[in-house]
Amino acid sequence: MSEAKIMLEIKDLRVSIEGKEILKGINLSVKAGEVHAIMGPNGSGKSTLASALAGRDYFHITHGKIIYEGKDLTELAPEDRAREGIFLGFQYPVEIPGVSMVNFLRTAINSMRKYRGQDALPAGDFLKLMREKKKVVEINSDLTNRSVNEGFSGGEKKKNEIFQMALLEPKLAILDETDSGLDIDALRIVANGVNKLRSPQNATIVITHYQRLLDYIVPDVVHVLYKGRIVKSGDKSLAKELEEHGYDWIKQEVDADT
Amino acid sequence: MTDQEKILNEVTDSDYKFGFQTNIDTETIPKGLNEEVVRIISAKKEEPKWLTESRLKAFRHWQTMKMPQWAHLRIPEINYQDIIFYAAPKQEAKYENMDEVDPELIDTFNRLGIPLEEQKQLAGVAVDAVMDSVSVKTTFQDTLADKGIIFCSFSDAVKNHPDLIKKYMGSVVPYTDNYFAALNSAVFSDGSFCYIPKGVHCPMELSTYFRINAANTGQFERTLIVAEDDSFVSYLEGCTAPMRDENQLHAAIVEIVAGENTEVKYSTVQNWYPGNKEGKGGIYNFVTKRGICRGDNSKISWTQVETGSAVTWKYPSCILKGNNSVGEFYSVAVTNNYQQADTGTKMIHIGKNTRSTIISKGISAGKSENSYRGLVKVLKSAENARNYSQCDSLLLGDKCGAHTFPYLEVDNRSAVVEHEATTSKIGEDQIFYCNQRGIDTENAISLIVNGYAKEVLNKLPMEFAVEAQKLLAITLEGSVG
Ligand SMILES: Nc1ncnc2c1ncn2[C@@H]1O[C@H](COP(=O)(O)OP(=O)(O)O)[C@@H](O)[C@H]1O
Ligand SMILES: [Mg+2]
Repeated sequence: MSEAKIMLEIKDLRVSIEGKEILKGINLSVKAGEVHAIMGPNGSGKSTLASALAGRDYFHITHGKIIYEGKDLTELAPEDRAREGIFLGFQYPVEIPGVSMVNFLRTAINSMRKYRGQDALPAGDFLKLMREKKKVVEINSDLTNRSVNEGFSGGEKKKNEIFQMALLEPKLAILDETDSGLDIDALRIVANGVNKLRSPQNATIVITHYQRLLDYIVPDVVHVLYKGRIVKSGDKSLAKELEEHGYDWIKQEVDADT
Repeated sequence: MTDQEKILNEVTDSDYKFGFQTNIDTETIPKGLNEEVVRIISAKKEEPKWLTESRLKAFRHWQTMKMPQWAHLRIPEINYQDIIFYAAPKQEAKYENMDEVDPELIDTFNRLGIPLEEQKQLAGVAVDAVMDSVSVKTTFQDTLADKGIIFCSFSDAVKNHPDLIKKYMGSVVPYTDNYFAALNSAVFSDGSFCYIPKGVHCPMELSTYFRINAANTGQFERTLIVAEDDSFVSYLEGCTAPMRDENQLHAAIVEIVAGENTEVKYSTVQNWYPGNKEGKGGIYNFVTKRGICRGDNSKISWTQVETGSAVTWKYPSCILKGNNSVGEFYSVAVTNNYQQADTGTKMIHIGKNTRSTIISKGISAGKSENSYRGLVKVLKSAENARNYSQCDSLLLGDKCGAHTFPYLEVDNRSAVVEHEATTSKIGEDQIFYCNQRGIDTENAISLIVNGYAKEVLNKLPMEFAVEAQKLLAITLEGSVG
């Protein structure tokens, strides 16, 4: 695995919101084929990191670099990052009333195809693709006939994120607490979807608060994000340790140092 | 300034695609308005005496009236002596044969997507094309005549069907109705007349396309639709104008008369020139539209997509006289830059078990002002009347305004009247969600706005729903990011 090329390289990344520094120098390197888990207490900056990677400009990058497949990501608009293969599974997916999932996803896929110089996908092929991918996440058929996330339960929204991921086939998927609020069955389905996408060419960053998800998606590396810094990295046993002892020991270690 | 504000502030050009002018010889009369001008218009149209007299009566009444001030609109004073009240492409007359039509005219309507040659038209749509003050060509007249349907320009109807015109003109919107109705009744130029005989289901969409071309002219068209008992008709109206720095006046009247067991669907895609980004130029659009369900079990349905005009003042209404009659109003009004719209409806319940539905979707961007104004009136006679109103406003940015003015007058205790209203802002998180799926901001807004307006767009005839969707996107182009 160490032979694989580096897909994402984050160097000393500092991010502020309205003048307040949230990320205080993140370093992270993700290779193709790897799954990284990012854990940490609420308010540590996990979603901020995900948003900064996806290009939400409300989050100001004040310092550092994000290199993705050799390109400086910060120069790309959010839609171009998506078209380059970065997918964000949102912690809180938004509702778009009146816009059908079919229309939304067809617009999405065809925007991406256009970017890559491909023709628009014929309607029949698109619907076939939808049907295939729906199976992957065992998503209810009528969900895709409804408006984007409108009236979806918490679990349905999360499944819908994985469904979109399966359909858009990203190179780098960042899943922000996709597991929270899911029952065990839904959790298994979500994990299954992620595992099916796993390949030597792709990478996944799984952001989670609990280690539960990591029983299903086995990470190569686990990082602990706390107060805007990655304070500890290790293999999957680190997640187990956190499960048993909570975050307090890490907090104490870090807070003693500073 | 936050990023959100910055994005919303980047108002760039949104191009009006129909702003070209046709170079064609135009016959105009001198500027200004007086009795002589009214007589000249009537003479140009070779009208019978009763109509000339009717125009003069309206003109005299108009002179006693004042421009209404109650709308939420800021309109500079209109100088009626500075407007030309009649302009017509030369070589007038109706063209029997396509060879006789000036190629410039054919080209103009082609560029507007309205081919005048029947074989090139959308199957199932008959068109009356009106340029400035006259109707240029009406298609498919023969096909319709086979069913006894009359579809022709208003001027032709005055000549060929004077009894029908005399009977119905002004029967729904009398010249005394309001300032602009009086003005129109005095100086109206052309428009469409449509008559559906008893028991006939009109087999195609009827549509009128209005084009203002000449400078400094006003357009004052009149449309009259009479649908006898047990008939059906779906009618569509479209309009555009060149880009000019001066404002141009448009004051129209539409009257609908529906018999018993009759349905009339009237759809409008209003795309008059809205003025430029700084609010210079554009059409002042003052329209009185009203329909009456005279017989029982009838239905009149207004659907409008309002994207154009510098100022829009328009309240398509239904008088529900017949028992069990139904009135519907579905509206999307989009304003951008400095556009102002004050639009809505009046539902007058007179008959028993009458029902009305009002769905209004306002979308405001830039520095525009968008108001819904609606009256639901239930008379004492209207036992068991029902109304449902839903008025939603969507704001793009924080420099625009959205207002709702619902009025209720209920004189029968059995009436059930419901009103819902919401105001929302287009969410930056919705746009970002789309961006993250590879959809750029322009397309994201188009998706979100069309989703928001879907309930209304769905009511449009299929052929036009797609056009309307594109139009919404174009109107809002550059309003965000
Ligand atoms: N939109 C926002 N505006 C202001 N502060 C924010 C915003 N989003 C996050 N923050 C702040 O940034 C910090 C990190 O939040 P977040 O990245 O959501 O943490 P996590 O995902 O690890 O729970 C918190 O202190 C939070 O209050
Ligand atoms: Mg979070």
